[in-house]
Amino acid sequence: MERDDLIVNDSYPLNAQHSEEEGVKIRKNIIFVTVLLTVITAVEVAMGVIFKRAETFSWQMIKWTFVALTLVKAGYIVMSFMHLGEERSVMKKTILIPYVIFIIYLVFIALTEGFGHLYNLTNFH
Amino acid sequence: MSGHSNDNVSSEELWGGGRSPYGISYGKMYMWFFLVSDALTFSGLLTAYGFSRAASEDAWPIGEQVFRALPGLEGQYPLVYVALMTFILIVSSVTMVLAVEAGHRNDKRGVVRWMLATIIGGVFFLGSQAWEWSHFIHGGGGSFLLATEVTITADNGNEYTLPVGEPIFMDHHFGEIAEAYSNGDASVNLHEHHGHVTLTHFGEHTHEVELHQLTIHKYIEDEQVITGDDIYTLWEARSESFTFGANMHENEYATQQSYANFFFFITGFHGFHVFSGVVINFIIFIMAYRGVFERRKHYEMVEKVGLYWHFIDLVWVFVFTFYYLI
Repeated sequence: MERDDLIVNDSYPLNAQHSEEEGVKIRKNIIFVTVLLTVITAVEVAMGVIFKRAETFSWQMIKWTFVALTLVKAGYIVMSFMHLGEERSVMKKTILIPYVIFIIYLVFIALTEGFGHLYNLTNFH
Repeated sequence: MSGHSNDNVSSEELWGGGRSPYGISYGKMYMWFFLVSDALTFSGLLTAYGFSRAASEDAWPIGEQVFRALPGLEGQYPLVYVALMTFILIVSSVTMVLAVEAGHRNDKRGVVRWMLATIIGGVFFLGSQAWEWSHFIHGGGGSFLLATEVTITADNGNEYTLPVGEPIFMDHHFGEIAEAYSNGDASVNLHEHHGHVTLTHFGEHTHEVELHQLTIHKYIEDEQVITGDDIYTLWEARSESFTFGANMHENEYATQQSYANFFFFITGFHGFHVFSGVVINFIIFIMAYRGVFERRKHYEMVEKVGLYWHFIDLVWVFVFTFYYLI
Protein backbone atom coordinates (compact mmCIF):
# COMPACT_ATOMS: atom_id res chain seq x y z
CA MET A 1 0.00 0.00 0.00
CA GLU A 2 1.22 3.44 -0.83
CA ARG A 3 2.03 5.61 2.13
CA ASP A 4 1.21 9.27 2.13
CA ASP A 5 3.14 10.43 5.20
CA LEU A 6 6.14 11.11 3.05
CA ILE A 7 8.01 14.32 2.64
CA VAL A 8 7.39 15.19 -0.96
CA ASN A 9 9.69 17.66 -2.65
CA ASP A 10 9.79 19.68 0.58
CA SER A 11 6.13 20.52 0.00
CA TYR A 12 5.43 20.60 3.75
CA PRO A 13 6.86 23.87 4.97
CA LEU A 14 7.40 22.76 8.58
CA ASN A 15 9.48 19.78 7.56
CA ALA A 16 11.76 22.01 5.60
CA GLN A 17 14.93 22.35 7.60
CA HIS A 18 15.98 25.71 8.89
CA SER A 19 19.43 27.14 9.31
CA GLU A 20 21.37 27.96 12.47
CA GLU A 21 20.58 31.72 12.16
CA GLU A 22 16.86 31.11 11.73
CA GLY A 23 17.03 28.80 14.75
CA VAL A 24 18.38 31.65 16.90
CA LYS A 25 15.43 33.83 15.87
CA ILE A 26 12.91 31.05 16.55
CA ARG A 27 14.40 30.38 19.97
CA LYS A 28 14.18 34.07 20.81
CA ASN A 29 10.47 33.95 20.05
CA ILE A 30 10.07 30.82 22.19
CA ILE A 31 11.66 32.58 25.17
CA PHE A 32 9.35 35.57 24.66
CA VAL A 33 6.24 33.34 24.69
CA THR A 34 7.49 31.48 27.78
CA VAL A 35 7.98 34.70 29.75
CA LEU A 36 4.58 35.98 28.61
CA LEU A 37 2.74 32.80 29.68
CA THR A 38 4.48 32.79 33.05
CA VAL A 39 3.74 36.46 33.71
CA ILE A 40 0.05 36.03 32.79
CA THR A 41 -0.25 33.04 35.17
CA ALA A 42 1.38 35.05 37.98
CA VAL A 43 -0.96 37.99 37.34
CA GLU A 44 -3.99 35.67 37.43
CA VAL A 45 -2.98 34.16 40.77
CA ALA A 46 -2.24 37.63 42.21
CA MET A 47 -5.66 38.88 41.10
CA GLY A 48 -7.36 35.87 42.67
CA VAL A 49 -5.59 36.50 45.98
CA ILE A 50 -6.05 40.29 46.07
CA PHE A 51 -9.72 40.52 45.13
CA LYS A 52 -12.02 38.89 47.67
CA ARG A 53 -15.19 37.55 46.13
CA ALA A 54 -17.49 38.73 48.90
CA GLU A 55 -16.06 42.27 48.98
CA THR A 56 -15.56 42.97 45.32
CA PHE A 57 -18.80 43.98 43.66
CA SER A 58 -17.09 43.80 40.28
CA TRP A 59 -16.14 40.13 40.64
CA GLN A 60 -17.99 39.56 37.39
CA MET A 61 -15.48 41.80 35.60
CA ILE A 62 -12.53 40.01 37.17
CA LYS A 63 -13.98 36.70 36.00
CA TRP A 64 -14.15 37.99 32.44
CA THR A 65 -10.55 39.22 32.76
CA PHE A 66 -9.53 35.66 33.73
CA VAL A 67 -11.33 34.29 30.69
CA ALA A 68 -9.68 36.88 28.39
CA LEU A 69 -6.19 36.19 29.81
CA THR A 70 -6.77 32.45 29.41
CA LEU A 71 -7.74 32.91 25.77
CA VAL A 72 -4.56 34.96 25.21
CA LYS A 73 -2.49 32.14 26.75
CA ALA A 74 -4.33 29.52 24.69
CA GLY A 75 -3.79 31.59 21.53
CA TYR A 76 -0.03 31.76 22.09
CA ILE A 77 0.20 28.03 22.84
CA VAL A 78 -1.78 27.02 19.75
CA MET A 79 -0.36 29.55 17.31
CA SER A 80 3.27 29.62 18.47
CA PHE A 81 4.07 26.36 20.31
CA MET A 82 1.84 24.19 18.15
CA HIS A 83 2.86 26.15 15.02
CA LEU A 84 -0.74 26.44 13.83
CA GLY A 85 0.04 30.06 12.93
CA GLU A 86 2.52 28.80 10.33
CA GLU A 87 0.14 26.32 8.73
CA ARG A 88 -1.79 27.11 5.59
CA SER A 89 -4.91 29.20 6.13
CA VAL A 90 -7.23 26.39 5.01
CA MET A 91 -5.70 24.10 7.65
CA LYS A 92 -6.17 26.72 10.38
CA LYS A 93 -9.80 27.19 9.44
CA THR A 94 -10.49 23.45 9.26
CA ILE A 95 -9.22 23.00 12.80
CA LEU A 96 -10.55 26.14 14.47
CA ILE A 97 -13.88 27.14 12.94
CA PRO A 98 -16.00 23.99 13.60
CA TYR A 99 -14.56 23.66 17.10
CA VAL A 100 -15.09 27.29 18.09
CA ILE A 101 -18.65 27.44 16.74
CA PHE A 102 -19.65 24.25 18.54
CA ILE A 103 -18.04 25.24 21.85
CA ILE A 104 -19.58 28.71 21.88
CA TYR A 105 -22.97 27.05 21.37
CA LEU A 106 -22.31 24.38 24.05
CA VAL A 107 -21.15 26.88 26.68
CA PHE A 108 -24.07 29.18 25.93
CA ILE A 109 -26.69 26.44 26.16
CA ALA A 110 -25.19 24.76 29.27
CA LEU A 111 -24.96 27.99 31.23
CA THR A 112 -28.43 29.14 30.15
CA GLU A 113 -29.92 25.81 31.19
CA GLY A 114 -27.92 25.80 34.43
CA PHE A 115 -29.10 29.23 35.52
CA GLY A 116 -32.62 28.34 34.36
CA HIS A 117 -32.58 25.21 36.51
CA LEU A 118 -31.48 27.27 39.52
CA TYR A 119 -34.24 29.82 38.81
CA ASN A 120 -36.86 27.05 38.80
CA LEU A 121 -35.47 25.56 42.02
CA THR A 122 -35.56 28.86 43.87
CA ASN A 123 -38.88 30.15 42.55
CA PHE A 124 -41.17 27.16 42.13
CA HIS A 125 -40.31 24.86 45.04
CA MET B 1 10.97 1.22 11.77
CA SER B 2 11.63 3.95 9.28
CA GLY B 3 9.76 2.00 6.58
CA HIS B 4 9.21 3.90 3.38
CA SER B 5 9.47 7.31 4.92
CA ASN B 6 12.75 8.06 3.16
CA ASP B 7 11.24 7.48 -0.26
CA ASN B 8 10.67 10.45 -2.48
CA VAL B 9 7.53 10.42 -4.57
CA SER B 10 6.73 13.14 -7.05
CA SER B 11 3.84 15.48 -6.26
CA GLU B 12 2.06 14.63 -9.52
CA GLU B 13 2.07 10.96 -8.56
CA LEU B 14 0.74 11.64 -5.05
CA TRP B 15 -1.82 14.40 -5.57
CA GLY B 16 -4.31 14.72 -8.40
CA GLY B 17 -3.88 18.46 -8.36
CA GLY B 18 -0.14 18.19 -8.24
CA ARG B 19 0.01 19.84 -4.84
CA SER B 20 -0.95 18.90 -1.26
CA PRO B 21 -4.14 20.83 -0.44
CA TYR B 22 -3.35 21.35 3.25
CA GLY B 23 0.41 21.44 2.93
CA ILE B 24 0.66 19.21 5.95
CA SER B 25 1.62 15.58 6.28
CA TYR B 26 -0.85 12.80 6.96
CA GLY B 27 0.46 12.12 10.45
CA LYS B 28 0.30 15.70 11.62
CA MET B 29 -3.13 16.29 10.17
CA TYR B 30 -4.57 13.29 11.97
CA MET B 31 -2.87 14.31 15.18
CA TRP B 32 -4.69 17.64 14.80
CA PHE B 33 -8.02 15.91 14.17
CA PHE B 34 -7.47 13.71 17.23
CA LEU B 35 -6.64 16.79 19.30
CA VAL B 36 -9.84 18.52 18.17
CA SER B 37 -11.89 15.52 19.29
CA ASP B 38 -9.98 15.35 22.57
CA ALA B 39 -10.52 19.08 23.02
CA LEU B 40 -14.25 18.48 22.61
CA THR B 41 -14.12 15.89 25.41
CA PHE B 42 -12.38 18.29 27.77
CA SER B 43 -14.70 21.14 26.77
CA GLY B 44 -17.62 18.85 27.52
CA LEU B 45 -16.25 18.14 31.00
CA LEU B 46 -15.56 21.79 31.78
CA THR B 47 -18.96 22.84 30.41
CA ALA B 48 -20.65 20.18 32.56
CA TYR B 49 -18.76 21.65 35.51
CA GLY B 50 -20.06 25.11 34.55
CA PHE B 51 -23.60 23.75 34.31
CA SER B 52 -23.44 22.12 37.76
CA ARG B 53 -22.04 25.28 39.25
CA ALA B 54 -24.60 27.56 37.61
CA ALA B 55 -27.42 25.27 38.73
CA SER B 56 -26.14 24.97 42.29
CA GLU B 57 -28.28 26.44 45.08
CA ASP B 58 -25.55 26.42 47.74
CA ALA B 59 -22.38 28.45 47.77
CA TRP B 60 -19.57 27.00 45.65
CA PRO B 61 -16.12 26.63 47.30
CA ILE B 62 -13.50 29.27 46.52
CA GLY B 63 -10.35 27.85 44.92
CA GLU B 64 -8.05 30.17 46.84
CA GLN B 65 -9.40 28.78 50.13
CA VAL B 66 -9.43 25.10 49.22
CA PHE B 67 -6.02 24.94 47.52
CA ARG B 68 -3.61 26.90 49.67
CA ALA B 69 -1.15 24.42 51.14
CA LEU B 70 2.46 23.80 50.18
CA PRO B 71 4.21 20.48 50.91
CA GLY B 72 6.12 20.56 54.19
CA LEU B 73 5.12 24.11 55.10
CA GLU B 74 2.65 25.50 57.59
CA GLY B 75 0.68 28.59 56.66
CA GLN B 76 -1.44 29.62 53.72
CA TYR B 77 -0.33 30.13 50.16
CA PRO B 78 -3.47 30.49 48.04
CA LEU B 79 -3.10 28.75 44.66
CA VAL B 80 0.71 28.98 44.80
CA TYR B 81 1.09 25.22 44.42
CA VAL B 82 -1.27 25.05 41.44
CA ALA B 83 0.53 28.02 39.85
CA LEU B 84 3.79 26.13 40.35
CA MET B 85 2.31 23.07 38.62
CA THR B 86 1.18 25.32 35.77
CA PHE B 87 4.68 26.75 35.52
CA ILE B 88 6.23 23.26 35.42
CA LEU B 89 3.91 22.29 32.58
CA ILE B 90 4.61 25.51 30.65
CA VAL B 91 8.37 24.95 31.00
CA SER B 92 8.08 21.35 29.81
CA SER B 93 6.06 22.64 26.85
CA VAL B 94 8.93 25.03 26.11
CA THR B 95 11.54 22.27 26.21
CA MET B 96 9.31 20.31 23.83
CA VAL B 97 9.14 23.17 21.33
CA LEU B 98 12.93 23.49 21.64
CA ALA B 99 13.23 19.76 20.80
CA VAL B 100 11.09 20.35 17.70
CA GLU B 101 13.27 23.33 16.75
CA ALA B 102 16.42 21.22 17.17
CA GLY B 103 14.78 18.59 14.96
CA HIS B 104 14.40 21.16 12.20
CA ARG B 105 18.16 21.66 12.27
CA ASN B 106 18.71 17.87 12.29
CA ASP B 107 20.49 18.37 15.59
CA LYS B 108 20.22 14.92 17.16
CA ARG B 109 21.96 15.89 20.41
CA GLY B 110 19.59 18.84 20.86
CA VAL B 111 16.51 16.71 20.28
CA VAL B 112 17.65 14.05 22.75
CA ARG B 113 18.54 16.63 25.40
CA TRP B 114 15.30 18.62 25.14
CA MET B 115 13.14 15.49 24.96
CA LEU B 116 14.74 14.30 28.18
CA ALA B 117 14.04 17.67 29.83
CA THR B 118 10.40 17.41 28.67
CA ILE B 119 10.03 13.94 30.17
CA ILE B 120 11.50 15.16 33.49
CA GLY B 121 9.05 18.08 33.50
CA GLY B 122 6.15 15.70 32.87
CA VAL B 123 7.22 13.40 35.68
CA PHE B 124 7.48 16.40 38.03
CA PHE B 125 3.97 17.47 37.08
CA LEU B 126 2.60 13.96 37.73
CA GLY B 127 4.29 13.90 41.14
CA SER B 128 2.81 17.31 41.97
CA GLN B 129 -0.61 16.11 40.98
CA ALA B 130 -0.25 13.02 43.16
CA TRP B 131 0.49 15.28 46.14
CA GLU B 132 -2.41 17.55 45.24
CA TRP B 133 -4.79 14.58 45.13
CA SER B 134 -3.47 13.19 48.39
CA HIS B 135 -3.93 16.59 50.05
CA PHE B 136 -7.44 16.98 48.63
CA ILE B 137 -8.44 13.49 49.79
CA HIS B 138 -7.06 13.95 53.31
CA GLY B 139 -8.39 17.50 53.62
CA GLY B 140 -7.97 19.82 56.60
CA GLY B 141 -9.20 18.84 60.05
CA GLY B 142 -12.59 17.65 58.84
CA SER B 143 -16.00 19.00 59.70
CA PHE B 144 -19.19 18.12 61.54
CA LEU B 145 -22.71 19.33 60.76
CA LEU B 146 -25.03 21.18 63.13
CA ALA B 147 -28.16 19.34 64.30
CA THR B 148 -29.79 22.45 65.76
CA GLU B 149 -29.71 26.15 64.97
CA VAL B 150 -27.03 27.98 66.98
CA THR B 151 -26.12 31.64 67.46
CA ILE B 152 -22.49 32.32 68.32
CA THR B 153 -20.02 35.19 68.37
CA ALA B 154 -16.93 34.78 66.22
CA ASP B 155 -13.50 36.19 67.12
CA ASN B 156 -14.13 39.20 64.89
CA GLY B 157 -16.93 40.25 67.27
CA ASN B 158 -19.79 39.58 64.87
CA GLU B 159 -22.73 37.39 65.77
CA TYR B 160 -23.59 34.54 63.40
CA THR B 161 -26.77 32.48 63.37
CA LEU B 162 -25.90 29.12 61.86
CA PRO B 163 -28.71 26.96 60.44
CA VAL B 164 -29.19 23.21 60.79
CA GLY B 165 -26.77 21.35 58.54
CA GLU B 166 -24.12 24.10 58.60
CA PRO B 167 -20.63 22.55 58.46
CA ILE B 168 -18.25 23.47 61.32
CA PHE B 169 -14.55 22.89 60.70
CA MET B 170 -12.13 21.45 63.23
CA ASP B 171 -8.43 22.27 63.28
CA HIS B 172 -5.89 19.88 61.86
CA HIS B 173 -4.58 18.44 65.17
CA PHE B 174 -7.98 17.76 66.68
CA GLY B 175 -9.37 16.47 63.39
CA GLU B 176 -6.71 13.77 63.14
CA ILE B 177 -7.89 12.06 66.33
CA ALA B 178 -11.53 12.98 65.70
CA GLU B 179 -11.37 10.92 62.51
CA ALA B 180 -10.32 7.83 64.46
CA TYR B 181 -13.00 8.61 67.07
CA SER B 182 -15.76 8.94 64.46
CA ASN B 183 -14.63 5.67 62.87
CA GLY B 184 -15.32 3.95 66.20
CA ASP B 185 -11.65 3.41 67.13
CA ALA B 186 -11.85 1.89 70.64
CA SER B 187 -8.50 3.37 71.70
CA VAL B 188 -9.86 6.93 71.45
CA ASN B 189 -11.67 8.45 74.45
CA LEU B 190 -13.78 11.58 74.54
CA HIS B 191 -13.81 13.79 77.66
CA GLU B 192 -16.20 16.66 78.11
CA HIS B 193 -15.45 18.53 81.29
CA HIS B 194 -16.38 22.11 82.30
CA GLY B 195 -16.89 23.08 78.71
CA HIS B 196 -13.59 21.56 77.58
CA VAL B 197 -13.61 18.92 74.88
CA THR B 198 -10.64 16.57 74.88
CA LEU B 199 -9.87 13.52 72.76
CA THR B 200 -7.30 11.04 74.02
CA HIS B 201 -5.73 8.43 71.81
CA PHE B 202 -4.31 5.55 73.86
CA GLY B 203 -1.60 3.59 72.19
CA GLU B 204 2.15 3.22 72.19
CA HIS B 205 2.31 6.98 72.67
CA THR B 206 -0.74 8.37 74.41
CA HIS B 207 -1.83 11.49 72.62
CA GLU B 208 -4.25 14.07 74.00
CA VAL B 209 -5.75 16.97 72.08
CA GLU B 210 -8.13 19.65 73.30
CA LEU B 211 -10.55 21.39 70.97
CA HIS B 212 -9.16 24.95 70.92
CA GLN B 213 -10.58 26.41 67.77
CA LEU B 214 -13.38 25.98 65.27
CA THR B 215 -13.88 27.66 61.92
CA ILE B 216 -17.04 28.57 60.04
CA HIS B 217 -17.44 29.47 56.36
CA LYS B 218 -14.04 27.94 55.75
CA TYR B 219 -14.13 27.22 52.03
CA ILE B 220 -17.01 29.34 50.76
CA GLU B 221 -16.52 32.89 52.12
CA ASP B 222 -14.11 34.72 54.35
CA GLU B 223 -13.64 32.16 57.06
CA GLN B 224 -14.31 33.11 60.70
CA VAL B 225 -12.49 31.61 63.68
CA ILE B 226 -14.28 30.77 66.91
CA THR B 227 -12.49 30.27 70.22
CA GLY B 228 -13.63 30.34 73.85
CA ASP B 229 -16.97 29.20 75.26
CA ASP B 230 -18.76 29.19 71.92
CA ILE B 231 -16.72 26.13 70.92
CA TYR B 232 -18.64 24.06 73.42
CA THR B 233 -21.98 25.47 72.20
CA LEU B 234 -21.15 24.36 68.67
CA TRP B 235 -19.82 20.99 69.79
CA GLU B 236 -23.03 20.33 71.77
CA ALA B 237 -25.14 21.13 68.71
CA ARG B 238 -23.29 18.66 66.46
CA SER B 239 -24.99 15.87 64.60
CA GLU B 240 -23.35 12.47 64.25
CA SER B 241 -22.31 13.33 60.72
CA PHE B 242 -18.54 13.92 60.44
CA THR B 243 -16.72 14.46 57.14
CA PHE B 244 -12.98 14.19 56.63
CA GLY B 245 -11.41 15.28 53.36
CA ALA B 246 -12.99 13.99 50.19
CA ASN B 247 -13.94 10.67 48.67
CA MET B 248 -16.46 9.45 46.09
CA HIS B 249 -19.44 9.97 48.43
CA GLU B 250 -18.79 13.08 50.50
CA ASN B 251 -16.35 15.96 50.84
CA GLU B 252 -15.69 18.55 53.50
CA TYR B 253 -15.22 21.41 51.02
CA ALA B 254 -18.75 21.73 49.74
CA THR B 255 -22.28 20.53 50.32
CA GLN B 256 -22.29 19.57 46.63
CA GLN B 257 -20.51 16.28 45.99
CA SER B 258 -20.18 17.31 42.33
CA TYR B 259 -17.39 19.67 43.47
CA ALA B 260 -15.20 16.72 44.50
CA ASN B 261 -16.40 14.52 41.64
CA PHE B 262 -15.43 17.11 39.03
CA PHE B 263 -12.06 17.58 40.72
CA PHE B 264 -11.36 13.86 40.51
CA PHE B 265 -12.69 13.45 36.99
CA ILE B 266 -11.25 16.55 35.30
CA THR B 267 -7.80 16.58 36.92
CA GLY B 268 -7.72 12.78 36.77
CA PHE B 269 -8.53 12.69 33.07
CA HIS B 270 -5.94 15.39 32.45
CA GLY B 271 -3.41 13.55 34.62
CA PHE B 272 -3.97 10.41 32.56
CA HIS B 273 -3.20 12.44 29.45
CA VAL B 274 0.02 13.66 31.07
CA PHE B 275 0.92 10.08 31.96
CA SER B 276 0.33 8.78 28.43
CA GLY B 277 2.17 11.85 27.09
CA VAL B 278 5.22 11.01 29.21
CA VAL B 279 5.13 7.40 27.97
CA ILE B 280 4.88 8.50 24.30
CA ASN B 281 7.61 11.12 24.80
CA PHE B 282 9.81 8.43 26.30
CA ILE B 283 9.35 6.16 23.28
CA ILE B 284 10.23 9.01 20.92
CA PHE B 285 13.19 9.94 23.11
CA ILE B 286 14.55 6.39 22.82
CA MET B 287 13.98 6.41 19.04
CA ALA B 288 15.77 9.75 18.69
CA TYR B 289 18.62 8.52 20.89
CA ARG B 290 19.04 5.39 18.77
CA GLY B 291 19.23 7.49 15.64
CA VAL B 292 16.02 6.30 13.98
CA PHE B 293 15.08 9.84 12.92
CA GLU B 294 18.63 10.63 11.88
CA ARG B 295 18.41 7.80 9.36
CA ARG B 296 14.96 9.01 8.34
CA LYS B 297 16.50 12.48 7.76
CA HIS B 298 13.62 14.28 9.43
CA TYR B 299 12.25 14.59 12.98
CA GLU B 300 8.56 14.78 12.18
CA MET B 301 7.65 12.23 14.89
CA VAL B 302 9.01 14.67 17.47
CA GLU B 303 6.69 17.31 16.03
CA LYS B 304 3.67 15.01 16.25
CA VAL B 305 4.20 14.04 19.89
CA GLY B 306 5.03 17.70 20.49
CA LEU B 307 1.52 18.62 19.32
CA TYR B 308 0.05 16.17 21.83
CA TRP B 309 2.26 17.49 24.62
CA HIS B 310 1.37 21.14 23.92
CA PHE B 311 -2.27 20.15 23.90
CA ILE B 312 -1.90 18.80 27.44
CA ASP B 313 -0.48 22.18 28.48
CA LEU B 314 -3.33 23.92 26.66
CA VAL B 315 -5.97 21.89 28.53
CA TRP B 316 -4.30 22.62 31.86
CA VAL B 317 -4.48 26.37 31.15
CA PHE B 318 -8.26 26.03 30.91
CA VAL B 319 -8.58 23.70 33.92
CA PHE B 320 -6.51 26.16 35.94
CA THR B 321 -8.81 29.06 35.05
CA PHE B 322 -12.19 27.38 35.28
CA TYR B 323 -11.67 24.95 38.13
CA TYR B 324 -9.21 26.82 40.36
CA LEU B 325 -9.49 30.54 39.61
CA ILE B 326 -13.09 31.37 38.84
